[in-house]
Amino acid sequence: MNKTIGILALQGNFSLHAKRIEELGAQSVEVRDCSLLESIDGIIIPGGESTTLLKLLDTKFRTTLTEKISKGFPVFATCAGLILLANKVINPEQTSLNLLDIEVERNSYGRQIDSFITKDLSWTKEGEEIKNNLNNNHETLEAVFIRAPKIKSIGKKVISFLTYNDTPVLVKQNNILACSFHPELSKEAYSIHELFLASL
Amino acid sequence: MTNTNENKNTRRLKVGLAEMLKGGVIMDVVNAEEAKIAEDAGAVAVMALERVPSDIRKDGGVARMASIKVIQEIMKVSSIPVMAKVRIGHFAEAQILEELGVDYIDESEVLTPADEEFHIDKYEFKTPFVCGAKNLGEALRRISEGAAMIRTKGEAGSGNIVEAVRHMRKIMSEIRLIKSAGNEELVTIAKNMGAPVEIVSMVKESGLPVPNFAAGGVATPADAALMMQMGAESVFVGSGIFKSEDPAARAHAIVQSVTHYNNPAKLLEASKDLKEAMPGLDIHLLKDEERMQERGW
Repeated sequence: MNKTIGILALQGNFSLHAKRIEELGAQSVEVRDCSLLESIDGIIIPGGESTTLLKLLDTKFRTTLTEKISKGFPVFATCAGLILLANKVINPEQTSLNLLDIEVERNSYGRQIDSFITKDLSWTKEGEEIKNNLNNNHETLEAVFIRAPKIKSIGKKVISFLTYNDTPVLVKQNNILACSFHPELSKEAYSIHELFLASL
Repeated sequence: MTNTNENKNTRRLKVGLAEMLKGGVIMDVVNAEEAKIAEDAGAVAVMALERVPSDIRKDGGVARMASIKVIQEIMKVSSIPVMAKVRIGHFAEAQILEELGVDYIDESEVLTPADEEFHIDKYEFKTPFVCGAKNLGEALRRISEGAAMIRTKGEAGSGNIVEAVRHMRKIMSEIRLIKSAGNEELVTIAKNMGAPVEIVSMVKESGLPVPNFAAGGVATPADAALMMQMGAESVFVGSGIFKSEDPAARAHAIVQSVTHYNNPAKLLEASKDLKEAMPGLDIHLLKDEERMQERGW
Protein backbone atom coordinates (compact mmCIF):
# COMPACT_ATOMS: atom_id res chain seq x y z
CA MET A 1 0.00 0.00 0.00
CA ASN A 2 1.50 3.29 -1.04
CA LYS A 3 -0.70 5.64 0.92
CA THR A 4 0.58 8.50 3.04
CA ILE A 5 -1.43 9.35 6.13
CA GLY A 6 -1.08 12.72 7.80
CA ILE A 7 -1.22 12.65 11.59
CA LEU A 8 -2.43 15.90 13.10
CA ALA A 9 0.49 16.63 15.44
CA LEU A 10 -0.63 19.75 17.26
CA GLN A 11 -0.92 17.94 20.57
CA GLY A 12 -1.69 14.46 21.82
CA ASN A 13 -0.82 10.90 21.13
CA PHE A 14 0.18 11.36 17.50
CA SER A 15 3.39 9.32 17.57
CA LEU A 16 1.66 6.00 18.36
CA HIS A 17 -0.82 6.52 15.52
CA ALA A 18 2.13 7.00 13.19
CA LYS A 19 3.62 3.74 14.46
CA ARG A 20 0.40 1.77 13.87
CA ILE A 21 -0.02 3.20 10.37
CA GLU A 22 3.52 2.21 9.47
CA GLU A 23 3.13 -1.26 10.97
CA LEU A 24 0.19 -1.69 8.59
CA GLY A 25 2.40 -0.80 5.62
CA ALA A 26 1.43 2.82 4.90
CA GLN A 27 3.53 5.97 5.30
CA SER A 28 2.88 8.59 7.92
CA VAL A 29 3.76 12.26 8.22
CA GLU A 30 3.19 14.75 11.03
CA VAL A 31 0.91 17.63 10.09
CA ARG A 32 0.99 20.93 11.99
CA ASP A 33 -0.30 23.38 9.38
CA CYS A 34 -1.77 23.58 5.86
CA SER A 35 1.51 22.96 4.04
CA LEU A 36 1.26 19.15 3.75
CA LEU A 37 -2.49 18.81 3.32
CA GLU A 38 -2.28 18.41 -0.47
CA SER A 39 0.26 15.61 -0.34
CA ILE A 40 -1.54 13.20 1.99
CA ASP A 41 -4.25 10.62 1.27
CA GLY A 42 -6.06 10.98 4.59
CA ILE A 43 -5.63 12.43 8.03
CA ILE A 44 -5.82 11.10 11.59
CA ILE A 45 -6.94 13.42 14.37
CA PRO A 46 -5.54 11.82 17.51
CA GLY A 47 -6.54 11.80 21.15
CA GLY A 48 -5.24 14.53 23.40
CA GLU A 49 -7.13 17.44 24.91
CA SER A 50 -9.85 18.79 22.63
CA THR A 51 -9.70 22.26 24.23
CA THR A 52 -5.98 22.44 23.48
CA LEU A 53 -6.42 21.19 19.91
CA LEU A 54 -9.07 23.85 19.28
CA LYS A 55 -6.67 26.56 20.48
CA LEU A 56 -3.90 25.32 18.26
CA LEU A 57 -5.95 25.12 15.08
CA ASP A 58 -5.48 28.65 13.78
CA THR A 59 -8.16 30.17 11.57
CA LYS A 60 -6.49 29.41 8.25
CA PHE A 61 -5.67 25.81 9.11
CA ARG A 62 -9.09 25.24 10.62
CA THR A 63 -10.92 26.65 7.59
CA THR A 64 -8.82 24.75 5.08
CA LEU A 65 -9.09 21.46 6.96
CA THR A 66 -12.84 21.80 7.54
CA GLU A 67 -13.47 22.57 3.89
CA LYS A 68 -11.33 19.67 2.74
CA ILE A 69 -13.08 17.18 5.04
CA SER A 70 -16.53 18.45 4.08
CA LYS A 71 -15.61 17.82 0.43
CA GLY A 72 -14.85 14.17 1.14
CA PHE A 73 -11.24 14.02 2.35
CA PRO A 74 -10.82 10.82 4.44
CA VAL A 75 -10.38 11.42 8.16
CA PHE A 76 -10.05 9.11 11.13
CA ALA A 77 -10.68 10.77 14.49
CA THR A 78 -10.13 9.20 17.91
CA CYS A 79 -11.27 10.45 21.32
CA ALA A 80 -10.47 14.19 21.38
CA GLY A 81 -10.46 14.05 17.57
CA LEU A 82 -14.05 12.79 17.63
CA ILE A 83 -15.00 15.66 19.96
CA LEU A 84 -13.39 18.10 17.54
CA LEU A 85 -15.51 16.87 14.61
CA ALA A 86 -18.85 16.48 16.42
CA ASN A 87 -21.81 18.71 15.63
CA LYS A 88 -22.65 19.16 19.29
CA VAL A 89 -20.41 18.94 22.35
CA ILE A 90 -21.61 19.01 25.95
CA ASN A 91 -20.02 18.89 29.45
CA PRO A 92 -19.12 21.67 28.95
CA GLU A 93 -20.49 22.97 25.66
CA GLN A 94 -17.70 23.94 23.29
CA THR A 95 -17.21 24.88 19.69
CA SER A 96 -16.22 22.23 17.16
CA LEU A 97 -15.68 21.75 13.45
CA ASN A 98 -19.29 20.63 12.93
CA LEU A 99 -18.56 17.85 10.48
CA LEU A 100 -19.93 14.73 12.13
CA ASP A 101 -23.62 14.50 13.01
CA ILE A 102 -23.32 13.26 16.58
CA GLU A 103 -23.82 14.68 20.03
CA VAL A 104 -20.93 13.90 22.32
CA GLU A 105 -20.43 14.32 26.06
CA ARG A 106 -16.89 14.97 27.24
CA ASN A 107 -15.38 13.04 30.18
CA SER A 108 -18.59 11.07 30.22
CA TYR A 109 -17.27 8.02 32.08
CA GLY A 110 -15.67 10.13 34.81
CA ARG A 111 -12.13 11.11 35.72
CA GLN A 112 -8.87 9.22 35.14
CA ILE A 113 -9.62 6.81 37.98
CA ASP A 114 -12.66 5.64 35.95
CA SER A 115 -10.70 5.10 32.74
CA PHE A 116 -10.94 1.48 31.56
CA ILE A 117 -9.97 -1.17 29.06
CA THR A 118 -12.70 -3.49 27.80
CA LYS A 119 -13.31 -6.39 25.46
CA ASP A 120 -17.07 -6.21 25.95
CA LEU A 121 -17.69 -4.81 22.51
CA SER A 122 -20.29 -5.75 19.93
CA TRP A 123 -20.08 -5.20 16.19
CA THR A 124 -23.31 -4.06 14.61
CA LYS A 125 -24.58 -5.70 11.41
CA GLU A 126 -22.95 -2.97 9.32
CA GLY A 127 -19.75 -3.29 11.34
CA GLU A 128 -19.59 -7.06 10.82
CA GLU A 129 -19.84 -6.67 7.05
CA ILE A 130 -16.96 -4.25 6.86
CA LYS A 131 -14.76 -6.04 9.35
CA ASN A 132 -15.03 -9.40 7.56
CA ASN A 133 -13.00 -7.98 4.70
CA LEU A 134 -10.05 -7.15 6.91
CA ASN A 135 -6.86 -9.12 7.61
CA ASN A 136 -7.10 -8.71 11.37
CA ASN A 137 -10.78 -9.61 11.59
CA HIS A 138 -10.25 -12.57 13.90
CA GLU A 139 -8.47 -10.68 16.64
CA THR A 140 -10.17 -10.16 19.98
CA LEU A 141 -10.88 -6.49 19.85
CA GLU A 142 -9.98 -4.42 22.86
CA ALA A 143 -10.84 -0.78 23.48
CA VAL A 144 -8.95 1.60 25.75
CA PHE A 145 -11.08 4.43 27.14
CA ILE A 146 -9.18 7.27 28.85
CA ARG A 147 -11.28 10.12 30.30
CA ALA A 148 -13.34 9.23 27.30
CA PRO A 149 -16.23 11.01 25.62
CA LYS A 150 -19.55 9.25 25.05
CA ILE A 151 -21.60 9.49 21.88
CA LYS A 152 -25.05 10.44 23.16
CA SER A 153 -26.88 10.36 19.83
CA ILE A 154 -26.14 9.93 16.15
CA GLY A 155 -27.78 11.52 13.11
CA LYS A 156 -29.44 9.66 10.22
CA LYS A 157 -26.37 9.69 7.99
CA VAL A 158 -24.16 8.21 10.70
CA ILE A 159 -23.62 4.44 10.84
CA SER A 160 -22.65 2.76 14.09
CA PHE A 161 -20.13 -0.08 13.62
CA LEU A 162 -19.30 -1.00 17.18
CA THR A 163 -21.02 -0.59 20.54
CA TYR A 164 -20.14 -0.83 24.21
CA ASN A 165 -23.12 -1.17 26.58
CA ASP A 166 -25.38 -0.30 23.62
CA THR A 167 -23.57 3.02 23.07
CA PRO A 168 -21.89 3.55 19.69
CA VAL A 169 -18.10 3.76 20.10
CA LEU A 170 -17.06 3.55 16.44
CA VAL A 171 -19.07 5.40 13.80
CA LYS A 172 -18.83 6.38 10.15
CA GLN A 173 -20.38 9.20 8.19
CA ASN A 174 -19.26 9.12 4.55
CA ASN A 175 -15.54 9.96 4.60
CA ILE A 176 -15.37 10.32 8.39
CA LEU A 177 -14.47 7.40 10.66
CA ALA A 178 -14.46 8.19 14.37
CA CYS A 179 -14.14 6.34 17.67
CA SER A 180 -14.37 7.36 21.30
CA PHE A 181 -11.54 5.05 22.43
CA HIS A 182 -7.81 4.75 21.68
CA PRO A 183 -7.03 2.05 19.09
CA GLU A 184 -3.41 3.29 18.96
CA LEU A 185 -2.91 2.16 22.58
CA SER A 186 -3.78 -1.47 21.96
CA LYS A 187 -2.14 -4.21 19.96
CA GLU A 188 -5.58 -5.81 19.87
CA ALA A 189 -7.13 -3.02 17.87
CA TYR A 190 -5.22 -3.10 14.58
CA SER A 191 -8.45 -3.69 12.75
CA ILE A 192 -9.63 -0.15 13.49
CA HIS A 193 -6.66 1.47 11.75
CA GLU A 194 -6.96 -1.12 9.02
CA LEU A 195 -10.60 -0.19 8.56
CA PHE A 196 -9.51 3.38 7.90
CA LEU A 197 -6.72 2.40 5.49
CA ALA A 198 -9.08 0.09 3.62
CA SER A 199 -11.50 2.96 3.08
CA LEU A 200 -8.94 5.07 1.18
CA MET B 1 -22.42 -0.90 35.20
CA THR B 2 -19.81 -3.50 36.12
CA ASN B 3 -18.33 -5.70 33.48
CA THR B 4 -16.18 -8.72 34.18
CA ASN B 5 -14.15 -7.96 31.09
CA GLU B 6 -13.26 -4.50 32.26
CA ASN B 7 -9.86 -3.42 33.50
CA LYS B 8 -9.29 -0.27 35.47
CA ASN B 9 -6.32 1.56 36.92
CA THR B 10 -3.79 -0.59 35.09
CA ARG B 11 -0.32 0.59 34.20
CA ARG B 12 -1.37 0.92 30.56
CA LEU B 13 -4.15 3.32 31.51
CA LYS B 14 -1.81 5.32 33.72
CA VAL B 15 0.84 5.65 31.02
CA GLY B 16 -1.98 6.11 28.49
CA LEU B 17 -3.09 9.37 30.06
CA ALA B 18 0.52 10.60 30.02
CA GLU B 19 0.59 9.74 26.30
CA MET B 20 -2.47 11.94 25.75
CA LEU B 21 -0.69 14.88 27.37
CA LYS B 22 2.22 14.77 24.91
CA GLY B 23 3.02 17.93 23.01
CA GLY B 24 1.24 19.96 25.65
CA VAL B 25 1.81 22.36 28.52
CA ILE B 26 0.89 21.53 32.12
CA MET B 27 0.47 24.74 34.10
CA ASP B 28 0.76 25.38 37.83
CA VAL B 29 -2.35 27.14 39.17
CA VAL B 30 -3.24 28.21 42.71
CA ASN B 31 -6.96 28.92 42.31
CA ALA B 32 -9.95 28.39 40.04
CA GLU B 33 -9.48 31.71 38.29
CA GLU B 34 -5.95 30.77 37.21
CA ALA B 35 -7.16 27.31 36.19
CA LYS B 36 -9.67 28.94 33.85
CA ILE B 37 -6.99 31.20 32.34
CA ALA B 38 -4.74 28.17 31.85
CA GLU B 39 -7.44 26.09 30.14
CA ASP B 40 -8.48 29.00 27.92
CA ALA B 41 -4.87 29.48 26.87
CA GLY B 42 -4.68 25.84 25.74
CA ALA B 43 -3.11 24.07 28.75
CA VAL B 44 -3.33 20.31 28.43
CA ALA B 45 -3.64 19.89 32.22
CA VAL B 46 -3.32 22.00 35.34
CA MET B 47 -1.31 21.35 38.47
CA ALA B 48 -3.17 22.48 41.58
CA LEU B 49 -1.03 23.82 44.38
CA GLU B 50 -1.24 26.36 47.15
CA ARG B 51 1.74 28.49 46.18
CA VAL B 52 3.84 28.43 43.02
CA PRO B 53 7.45 27.30 43.58
CA SER B 54 8.94 30.81 43.52
CA ASP B 55 6.64 31.80 46.40
CA ILE B 56 7.43 28.60 48.29
CA ARG B 57 11.09 29.53 47.91
CA LYS B 58 10.45 33.05 49.16
CA ASP B 59 8.14 32.17 52.05
CA GLY B 60 10.18 29.28 53.45
CA GLY B 61 8.65 27.02 56.10
CA VAL B 62 7.05 23.66 55.34
CA ALA B 63 5.30 23.33 51.97
CA ARG B 64 2.51 20.72 51.96
CA MET B 65 -0.20 19.36 49.68
CA ALA B 66 -2.63 22.13 48.68
CA SER B 67 -5.82 22.64 50.66
CA ILE B 68 -8.64 20.35 49.57
CA LYS B 69 -10.92 23.33 49.03
CA VAL B 70 -8.52 24.88 46.52
CA ILE B 71 -8.07 21.61 44.63
CA GLN B 72 -11.84 21.00 44.58
CA GLU B 73 -12.53 24.44 43.19
CA ILE B 74 -9.92 23.90 40.50
CA MET B 75 -11.41 20.50 39.62
CA LYS B 76 -14.85 22.06 39.39
CA VAL B 77 -13.93 24.64 36.76
CA SER B 78 -11.53 22.47 34.72
CA SER B 79 -12.55 20.19 31.86
CA ILE B 80 -8.90 19.15 31.39
CA PRO B 81 -7.02 16.78 33.74
CA VAL B 82 -6.17 18.14 37.18
CA MET B 83 -2.93 17.11 38.88
CA ALA B 84 -1.83 17.90 42.41
CA LYS B 85 1.40 17.61 44.36
CA VAL B 86 2.22 15.57 47.44
CA ARG B 87 5.36 15.63 49.56
CA ILE B 88 7.98 12.98 48.77
CA GLY B 89 7.11 9.88 50.78
CA HIS B 90 3.79 11.25 52.05
CA PHE B 91 1.51 8.41 51.02
CA ALA B 92 -1.33 9.64 53.24
CA GLU B 93 -1.51 12.91 51.29
CA ALA B 94 -1.60 10.76 48.14
CA GLN B 95 -4.43 8.63 49.55
CA ILE B 96 -6.44 11.79 50.14
CA LEU B 97 -5.83 13.06 46.61
CA GLU B 98 -6.85 9.70 45.19
CA GLU B 99 -10.05 9.78 47.21
CA LEU B 100 -10.67 13.30 45.92
CA GLY B 101 -10.28 12.00 42.36
CA VAL B 102 -7.40 14.07 40.98
CA ASP B 103 -6.21 12.72 37.63
CA TYR B 104 -2.46 12.62 38.35
CA ILE B 105 -0.35 12.92 41.51
CA ASP B 106 3.05 14.62 41.43
CA GLU B 107 5.34 13.30 44.19
CA SER B 108 7.28 16.50 44.15
CA GLU B 109 10.55 17.89 45.45
CA VAL B 110 8.92 21.34 45.33
CA LEU B 111 7.14 20.48 48.58
CA THR B 112 9.03 19.73 51.79
CA PRO B 113 9.84 16.00 51.87
CA ALA B 114 7.95 13.94 54.44
CA ASP B 115 10.40 11.05 54.19
CA GLU B 116 14.09 11.61 53.55
CA GLU B 117 14.74 7.96 52.84
CA PHE B 118 11.84 6.44 50.94
CA HIS B 119 9.52 7.49 48.14
CA ILE B 120 5.88 6.39 47.89
CA ASP B 121 5.06 2.86 46.71
CA LYS B 122 3.11 4.11 43.74
CA TYR B 123 1.90 0.66 42.70
CA GLU B 124 -0.42 0.81 45.73
CA PHE B 125 -2.45 3.54 44.04
CA LYS B 126 -5.13 3.65 41.36
CA THR B 127 -4.19 7.22 40.47
CA PRO B 128 -1.14 7.59 38.24
CA PHE B 129 2.00 9.35 39.50
CA VAL B 130 4.58 11.63 37.94
CA CYS B 131 7.98 12.06 39.60
CA GLY B 132 11.00 14.27 39.03
CA ALA B 133 14.49 13.06 38.11
CA LYS B 134 17.95 14.56 37.61
CA ASN B 135 19.35 11.56 35.79
CA LEU B 136 18.29 8.22 34.34
CA GLY B 137 19.03 6.19 37.47
CA GLU B 138 16.67 8.37 39.45
CA ALA B 139 14.02 8.15 36.69
CA LEU B 140 14.24 4.35 36.63
CA ARG B 141 14.03 4.10 40.42
CA ARG B 142 10.81 6.11 40.31
CA ILE B 143 9.46 3.96 37.47
CA SER B 144 10.28 0.84 39.46
CA GLU B 145 8.20 2.29 42.31
CA GLY B 146 5.31 2.69 39.86
CA ALA B 147 5.62 6.20 38.38
CA ALA B 148 3.82 6.43 35.01
CA MET B 149 5.45 9.66 33.87
CA ILE B 150 8.87 11.23 34.47
CA ARG B 151 9.78 14.90 34.39
CA THR B 152 13.10 16.62 34.89
CA LYS B 153 13.46 18.24 38.28
CA GLY B 154 15.21 21.32 36.97
CA GLU B 155 15.28 23.97 39.67
CA ALA B 156 11.65 24.88 40.38
CA GLY B 157 10.78 28.52 40.96
CA SER B 158 14.15 29.74 39.69
CA GLY B 159 13.04 31.02 36.28
CA ASN B 160 16.36 29.58 35.15
CA ILE B 161 16.35 26.78 32.60
CA VAL B 162 19.94 25.65 33.17
CA GLU B 163 19.13 22.81 35.58
CA ALA B 164 16.30 21.37 33.46
CA VAL B 165 18.73 21.39 30.52
CA ARG B 166 21.36 19.65 32.61
CA HIS B 167 18.88 16.96 33.72
CA MET B 168 17.38 16.40 30.29
CA ARG B 169 20.82 16.13 28.65
CA LYS B 170 21.90 13.68 31.31
CA ILE B 171 18.80 11.50 30.95
CA MET B 172 18.96 11.49 27.13
CA SER B 173 22.68 10.71 27.00
CA GLU B 174 22.30 7.89 29.53
CA ILE B 175 19.47 6.42 27.42
CA ARG B 176 21.77 6.52 24.38
CA LEU B 177 24.52 4.87 26.40
CA ILE B 178 22.25 1.97 27.40
CA LYS B 179 20.91 1.56 23.87
CA SER B 180 24.44 1.10 22.54
CA ALA B 181 25.59 -1.13 25.41
CA GLY B 182 26.06 -4.87 25.08
CA ASN B 183 23.88 -7.21 27.12
CA GLU B 184 26.89 -8.14 29.26
CA GLU B 185 27.22 -4.49 30.33
CA LEU B 186 23.67 -4.06 31.60
CA VAL B 187 24.11 -5.45 35.12
CA THR B 188 27.07 -3.17 35.78
CA ILE B 189 25.24 -0.18 34.32
CA ALA B 190 22.24 -1.00 36.52
CA LYS B 191 24.48 -1.29 39.58
CA ASN B 192 26.19 2.03 38.87
CA MET B 193 22.91 3.80 38.18
CA GLY B 194 21.18 2.28 41.18
CA ALA B 195 18.32 1.02 39.03
CA PRO B 196 16.81 -2.46 38.54
CA VAL B 197 18.42 -4.32 35.65
CA GLU B 198 14.98 -5.34 34.30
CA ILE B 199 14.11 -1.72 33.64
CA VAL B 200 17.59 -0.98 32.28
CA SER B 201 16.96 -3.82 29.79
CA MET B 202 13.62 -2.28 28.84
CA VAL B 203 15.41 0.99 28.08
CA LYS B 204 17.87 -0.85 25.84
CA GLU B 205 15.00 -2.54 24.04
CA SER B 206 12.66 0.40 23.48
CA GLY B 207 13.75 3.54 25.33
CA LEU B 208 12.24 5.01 28.49
CA PRO B 209 9.07 3.00 29.24
CA VAL B 210 7.06 6.10 30.23
CA PRO B 211 6.76 9.60 28.74
CA ASN B 212 9.54 12.01 29.63
CA PHE B 213 8.50 15.62 30.24
CA ALA B 214 10.46 18.77 31.14
CA ALA B 215 9.96 20.83 34.29
CA GLY B 216 11.77 23.24 36.55
CA GLY B 217 12.71 26.72 35.37
CA VAL B 218 10.69 27.18 32.16
CA ALA B 219 9.89 30.91 31.87
CA THR B 220 9.69 31.71 28.15
CA PRO B 221 8.40 30.18 24.89
CA ALA B 222 12.05 29.73 23.90
CA ASP B 223 12.75 27.76 27.10
CA ALA B 224 9.87 25.43 26.27
CA ALA B 225 11.04 24.96 22.66
CA LEU B 226 14.58 24.28 23.88
CA MET B 227 13.38 21.47 26.15
CA MET B 228 11.22 19.97 23.39
CA GLN B 229 14.13 19.98 20.94
CA MET B 230 16.24 18.20 23.54
CA GLY B 231 13.73 15.38 23.67
CA ALA B 232 11.08 16.41 26.19
CA GLU B 233 7.63 15.21 25.16
CA SER B 234 5.71 17.93 27.05
CA VAL B 235 6.50 20.82 29.35
CA PHE B 236 5.44 21.73 32.88
CA VAL B 237 5.43 25.43 33.66
CA GLY B 238 5.36 26.40 37.32
CA SER B 239 5.95 29.97 38.35
CA GLY B 240 6.80 30.99 34.77
CA ILE B 241 3.24 31.86 33.78
CA PHE B 242 1.50 33.42 36.75
CA LYS B 243 4.62 35.22 38.00
CA SER B 244 5.08 36.95 34.65
CA GLU B 245 3.50 40.27 33.77
CA ASP B 246 1.10 38.79 31.22
CA PRO B 247 -0.03 35.29 32.29
CA ALA B 248 -2.72 34.67 29.65
CA ALA B 249 -0.61 35.85 26.72
CA ARG B 250 2.48 34.04 27.97
CA ALA B 251 0.54 30.82 28.61
CA HIS B 252 -0.80 30.94 25.05
CA ALA B 253 2.69 31.66 23.67
CA ILE B 254 4.22 28.72 25.51
CA VAL B 255 1.45 26.41 24.24
CA GLN B 256 2.23 27.54 20.67
CA SER B 257 5.96 27.08 21.15
CA VAL B 258 5.59 23.49 22.43
CA THR B 259 3.58 22.49 19.34
CA HIS B 260 5.82 24.32 16.88
CA TYR B 261 9.09 23.73 18.75
CA ASN B 262 10.92 22.98 15.51
CA ASN B 263 9.67 25.99 13.59
CA PRO B 264 11.67 29.19 14.32
CA ALA B 265 9.20 31.41 12.44
CA LYS B 266 6.37 30.24 14.69
CA LEU B 267 8.59 30.60 17.75
CA LEU B 268 9.33 34.20 16.83
CA GLU B 269 5.63 34.81 16.32
CA ALA B 270 4.86 33.33 19.75
CA SER B 271 7.65 35.25 21.50
CA LYS B 272 7.03 38.76 20.26
CA ASP B 273 4.78 41.22 22.08
CA LEU B 274 5.22 39.48 25.42
CA LYS B 275 5.81 41.59 28.54
CA GLU B 276 8.40 40.84 31.23
CA ALA B 277 9.06 37.21 32.15
CA MET B 278 9.27 36.20 35.80
CA PRO B 279 12.46 37.30 37.56
CA GLY B 280 15.18 34.65 37.41
CA LEU B 281 17.70 33.38 39.94
CA ASP B 282 21.38 32.60 39.45
CA ILE B 283 21.64 28.91 40.33
CA HIS B 284 25.19 29.36 41.59
CA LEU B 285 24.03 31.80 44.24
CA LEU B 286 21.54 29.30 45.72
CA LYS B 287 22.66 27.70 48.96
CA ASP B 288 22.67 23.91 49.08
CA GLU B 289 19.55 23.79 51.24
CA GLU B 290 17.76 26.06 48.76
CA ARG B 291 18.23 23.63 45.90
CA MET B 292 14.91 21.77 45.62
CA GLN B 293 16.39 19.27 43.16
CA GLU B 294 18.48 17.74 45.93
CA ARG B 295 15.34 16.49 47.64
CA GLY B 296 14.65 12.81 46.94
CA TRP B 297 17.31 10.46 45.59
